[in-house]
Amino acid sequence: MLGLNKKDTTLLLVVAILTLCAPFILNPFPEGSALAQFNAGYPDLMQRFVIFGIFAIGFNILFGLTGYLSFGHAAFLGVGSYSAVWMFKLLSMNVIPAIILSMIVSGLFAVVIGFVSLRRSGIYFSILTLAFAQMSFNLAYSVLTPITNGETGLQLTLNDPRILGMSATADGSIPVTSLFGLEMRSTYQMEVGAWLFQFNAGYYLCAAIMLLAFYLAIRIFRSPFGMMLRAVKSNQQRMRYTGLNPRPYTLAAFVISGMYAGLAGGLMASMDPLAGAERMQWTASGEVVLMTILGGAGTLIGPVLGAGFIKYFENIFSKINDNVLHSWFSFLPDGLEDFIVTIVHPFIGKGWHLTLGILFMLVVIFLPGGLVEGGQRIARLFRGKKTANTSKTKTEPAE
Amino acid sequence: MGILEVKGVNKRFGGLQALGDVNLSVRENTVHAIIGPNGAGKSTLLNCLVGKLIPDTGSVMFDGQSVLGRQPHEINQMGISRVFQTPEIFGDLTVMENMMIPIFAKRDGAFRMHAVGNMMSEKGIVEAAEKMLVDMNMADKRDMHTASMSRGDKRRLEIGMCLAQEPKLLLLDEPTAGMARADTNNTIDLLKQIKEERDITIAIIEHDMHVVFSLADRITVLAQGTPLVEDDPQNIKGNPKVREAYLGETA
Ligand SMILES: Nc1ncnc2c1ncn2[C@@H]1O[C@H](COP(=O)(O)OP(=O)(O)O)[C@@H](O)[C@H]1O
Ligand SMILES: [Mg+2]
Repeated sequence: MLGLNKKDTTLLLVVAILTLCAPFILNPFPEGSALAQFNAGYPDLMQRFVIFGIFAIGFNILFGLTGYLSFGHAAFLGVGSYSAVWMFKLLSMNVIPAIILSMIVSGLFAVVIGFVSLRRSGIYFSILTLAFAQMSFNLAYSVLTPITNGETGLQLTLNDPRILGMSATADGSIPVTSLFGLEMRSTYQMEVGAWLFQFNAGYYLCAAIMLLAFYLAIRIFRSPFGMMLRAVKSNQQRMRYTGLNPRPYTLAAFVISGMYAGLAGGLMASMDPLAGAERMQWTASGEVVLMTILGGAGTLIGPVLGAGFIKYFENIFSKINDNVLHSWFSFLPDGLEDFIVTIVHPFIGKGWHLTLGILFMLVVIFLPGGLVEGGQRIARLFRGKKTANTSKTKTEPAE
Repeated sequence: MGILEVKGVNKRFGGLQALGDVNLSVRENTVHAIIGPNGAGKSTLLNCLVGKLIPDTGSVMFDGQSVLGRQPHEINQMGISRVFQTPEIFGDLTVMENMMIPIFAKRDGAFRMHAVGNMMSEKGIVEAAEKMLVDMNMADKRDMHTASMSRGDKRRLEIGMCLAQEPKLLLLDEPTAGMARADTNNTIDLLKQIKEERDITIAIIEHDMHVVFSLADRITVLAQGTPLVEDDPQNIKGNPKVREAYLGETA
């Protein structure tokens, strides 16, 4: 279907179903219950899941296929956000032109940064991209203030000269982003017993775009172009002496992944129309590297899993505080309760980075293929039992 | 005029004269062997032909055009394929993918953005690659990852990948170096078969005299960066200068 083989079609369908049903799946616990803390089915967070999913899918096209590790991809995310906000300020509150512009501008940035950085490979390439991103961050923070609004960040105001649309609504507030009139913030709430499910227009737009981005990534992975990118990673020497020029291949991959990042940035601004320089900081560049490696670099679904995993941690673990812990362990004798809370304390709330760091180390050491490899191992455990039984009855020699 | 004409090539590495006034002419559809003791400059000469090194002086003409100043991939697209001293293949890819890449390169040139093209619809490429795998006697290894193959198989695949491009000139740098006896014999048989079945010019660097004398139509002996003699195999065998160059080294 859609030019995909059976396995890839199944994968795409599963991802589609999961994203469409996310408001249910991510809200398994009834409101007000002790575990409601772990619910992730609210619009903000779901939007972040899929937007960072797009970011990581794009990053994986570069890193997973060619092996070129960019440490500056957040620059494209930031550029995408700024472009989108400018489009809201100048043209219209419709998200489509904003998203298109953010992809074009980040693509142009990627051509320039990629052209220079790809003259080197390995660690030097990483450092060059890092330098570019840091440069962009600092420029956005200071010199380019007229464009970026410096420290404050770029925001909508009541006197934006919006060509198609009004500067302010009738009641004197700033208009909201929309898709041909459908407001991105509009949310349908569904109460089922003690559960509350939220269906947000913005989330579904992001989810649809993520599915499109994912589909395109599968096509790229399976295309002759994708094979050439894997050839770049495998042996550039052989490639050159086979009449192929690795440079334009890596540049094309770099620009594509830069545009994915720009798209993610544009979507962020479309959900919440503001853009700040911190979006370009090196920590943000590092985060997408973590997502991709944690999920499984070079696999199709890995980056999406990694993005979801990290965003879940960031938003859920960081909100657990000592009070919550005390309420969980209140069944224990007082002394023991305090003891356990003290032990757990560094790993939660502001300490969620510690938990994530430890998990990341464990994954890299024991599951070099990331979460995807973990999943495969579990699947093999189950399947292994079955094949072990059947192989006993086989008599022909194993090949 | 040969298909490959090397004239007055010099190459220095610091104080070392690796190549000194090398002249070489390889005639079309022959196997031309370049022999010589270790460090004679054979690999350096080869590197000057494929764009890996640029000679300090001299000219290298292939098929009437100069190769100097061109990138390796451009020289390859002119029709020169190269087999390396240690097999260079795509270790993370399957045998079939390894074989498809040179065929894509032949059809599409140095770069083509077929990003959403479908591998399944590339029937011509798939068929050509499968045919070459059969020719190389590797059809059973089609979906294997190359990293786990023996040196002999890697060499066989690399030669197949070069042939798949239908090059005018095939360069081989010690294709049997470091191989087990069985793998060496396999490779020799393969090369003999290629020589018989295909219209192709081959320039081969080889240490194994047995290999050289059973394959070559013409032999150039290189010593200390300079051609000693160029002659037919039967004349080379008895040549006292060659004996000296070789025996002096191996004794
Ligand atoms: N890149 C290089 N830099 C410096 N010296 C080199 C380089 N490549 C080869 N040489 C030297 O040039 C001489 C010829 O080397 P080479 O062409 O590899 O010999 P052969 O292949 O005949 O054994 C040797 O003395 C070698 O050390
Ligand atoms: Mg050599």
